[in-house]
Amino acid sequence: MKQEMVDMIKNDPDYIKLVAERSKFAWTLTIVMLIIYFGFVLVIAFDPKLLGTPLSAGSVTTVGIPVGIGVIISAFVLTGIYVRRANSEFDELTARIKAKAKGE
Amino acid sequence: MKTLLLVLLTSFAAFAGEALTGEVEKQALNMSAIIMFLIFVGATLGITYWAAKRTKTAKDFYTAGGGITGLQNGMAIAGDYMSAASFLGISALVYAKGYDGLIYSIGFLVGWPIILFMVAEQLRNLGKYTFADVASYRLRQTPIRTLAAFGSIVTVILYLIAQMVGAGKLIQLLFGLEYEVAVILVGVLMILYVTFGGMLATTWVQIIKAFLLLSGATFMAVAVMAHYNFNFESLFAKAVELKGTIDIMAPGGLVSDPISAISLGIALMFGTAGLPHILMRFFTVSDAKEARKSVFYATGFIGYFYILTFIIGFGATVMVFQNPEYLDAAKHAINGGYPILGGDNMAAIHLSHAVGGDFFLGFISAVAFATILAVVSGLTLAGASAISHDLYASVLRAGRVDGMMEMKVSKISTVVLGLVSIYLGIAFEGQNIAFMVGLAFAIAASANFPILFLSMFWSKLTTRGALVGGSFGLLTAAVLVVLGPTVWVDVLKNSEAIFPYKYPALFSVGAAFIGIWFFSITDNSESAAKEREAFEAQNIRSQTGIGADGAVEH
Repeated sequence: MKQEMVDMIKNDPDYIKLVAERSKFAWTLTIVMLIIYFGFVLVIAFDPKLLGTPLSAGSVTTVGIPVGIGVIISAFVLTGIYVRRANSEFDELTARIKAKAKGE
Repeated sequence: MKTLLLVLLTSFAAFAGEALTGEVEKQALNMSAIIMFLIFVGATLGITYWAAKRTKTAKDFYTAGGGITGLQNGMAIAGDYMSAASFLGISALVYAKGYDGLIYSIGFLVGWPIILFMVAEQLRNLGKYTFADVASYRLRQTPIRTLAAFGSIVTVILYLIAQMVGAGKLIQLLFGLEYEVAVILVGVLMILYVTFGGMLATTWVQIIKAFLLLSGATFMAVAVMAHYNFNFESLFAKAVELKGTIDIMAPGGLVSDPISAISLGIALMFGTAGLPHILMRFFTVSDAKEARKSVFYATGFIGYFYILTFIIGFGATVMVFQNPEYLDAAKHAINGGYPILGGDNMAAIHLSHAVGGDFFLGFISAVAFATILAVVSGLTLAGASAISHDLYASVLRAGRVDGMMEMKVSKISTVVLGLVSIYLGIAFEGQNIAFMVGLAFAIAASANFPILFLSMFWSKLTTRGALVGGSFGLLTAAVLVVLGPTVWVDVLKNSEAIFPYKYPALFSVGAAFIGIWFFSITDNSESAAKEREAFEAQNIRSQTGIGADGAVEH
């Protein structure tokens, strides 16, 4: 990539916005995933009984079952949230940046 | 927490579910399984023939021409990642320990969102054939490619040994073939798929396998649930009644040691994002959009699969456990209890018989075999690419090599890797290989991932930093695994481990990041300044895909 092109794109407000927004979004989701997973693991390490609490009085199903399945589903949902926004907003910004880069 | 670790990684399914290491006994020849397996082999060889005609250039060979769609790639990733050992190992873990099996499988899933948020699109925008393309994008080719290729090859070989040994045992168990015959068969088939069909054949073998595995597992889970009117409470109640304890519904007798818990989590999360055969899959799609869709689908398929294995494990508890049909009478007579034929790893297989009879048993056995083939093919292709693209074409020939020659070297490397893995698979029969997948993940997390990640996101990274820090991570991971309980005590039979934790990732990943950071910021060389300057252009391409070769055949 030529230096003029680099300078042009890096000062493009769309590019600045794309980088800032996407990195904020990606880090937020990453941190959410880390908190969910390591939270789950640390509960197991420190208070395993908590997940062994019956879901309702007399049931054998424990709180741990929906929590565990919930962690699996959360991983999928988080990827879905990211893809949804990236497919629309981020791809539009990228398309605009590309069009400008080509046009000049 | 010691117990958690024991539970997670014990005798039979250490790092689990990934290395099938328990004792197995050869079973009688299983004809319906063999016939279904032959159909699978016939079909996949047909695909290989079809793929071979379409594999003309190096790009075709490494990336299937770059025209795989997001959905196809997501399915192939799932096929690459869900090994036979994780199907049988995790359902066996649920069967034996209940809830702990779920905890275990969750660890293997949570790396996927991180791959999506942090590496998938960037990888597609910056790389061509291997993750070393990205790591060495603005750094000095020779040292960084060599290190990245070395990290890849070590990861691939460790993983391959675990898969081959697991394959040998599993096939003995399912088909009644000799161990050596099984290992050679797997090795030869994988060489055929990869050498002739390249990434295109590998991808379709993985897609078909994922489809078969998910369909088979779905059928089993639905059949189990149908018995209980789709009511989980009744299923669990029956399991608790048969097992005679409610403990299976909660984390097993686990205590503190959060260090190990966090360290294992880090190994699984960042290790997944550093596995060369997984990273390579992102070069098969046309652009960043398809790359991100692949992860979304893959996460869905893999997560769904783990939920199924949980149901299957409990299904085996209610339908196989204490069922006289599957009771190992000889063992029962000696030790009492309710041992099942072939050991706990057979829980899912017996369940397939319980819900679907001989025919379905044959189907699931054939699927398990197909699963092994899909996983080892992906691994071998990744290893061969590191040799041909990184070491041969980029380092040895400094990029001055034509695609045909590079592809030829890649095919030769595939054959060599295949033979090596057959040899190692046989050599390690009966050895304790439980640590190998763990070590593979530790090295992927400590050497491959930090270099890849920082090369994409940290402008101040320099060649010196990446080289020193990456080597630190690799060596720390290897040394700590050897000095830790899994090798020092379990393999080398010393009484006490020098390094107390089974999982070194917390320390080795830390060592890698600190090493890379320190040796980068203190690097005042001229070349380092140039490398930092080059970040801007790299980042533009990484963020937007401008300049990435997006040639696709739609």
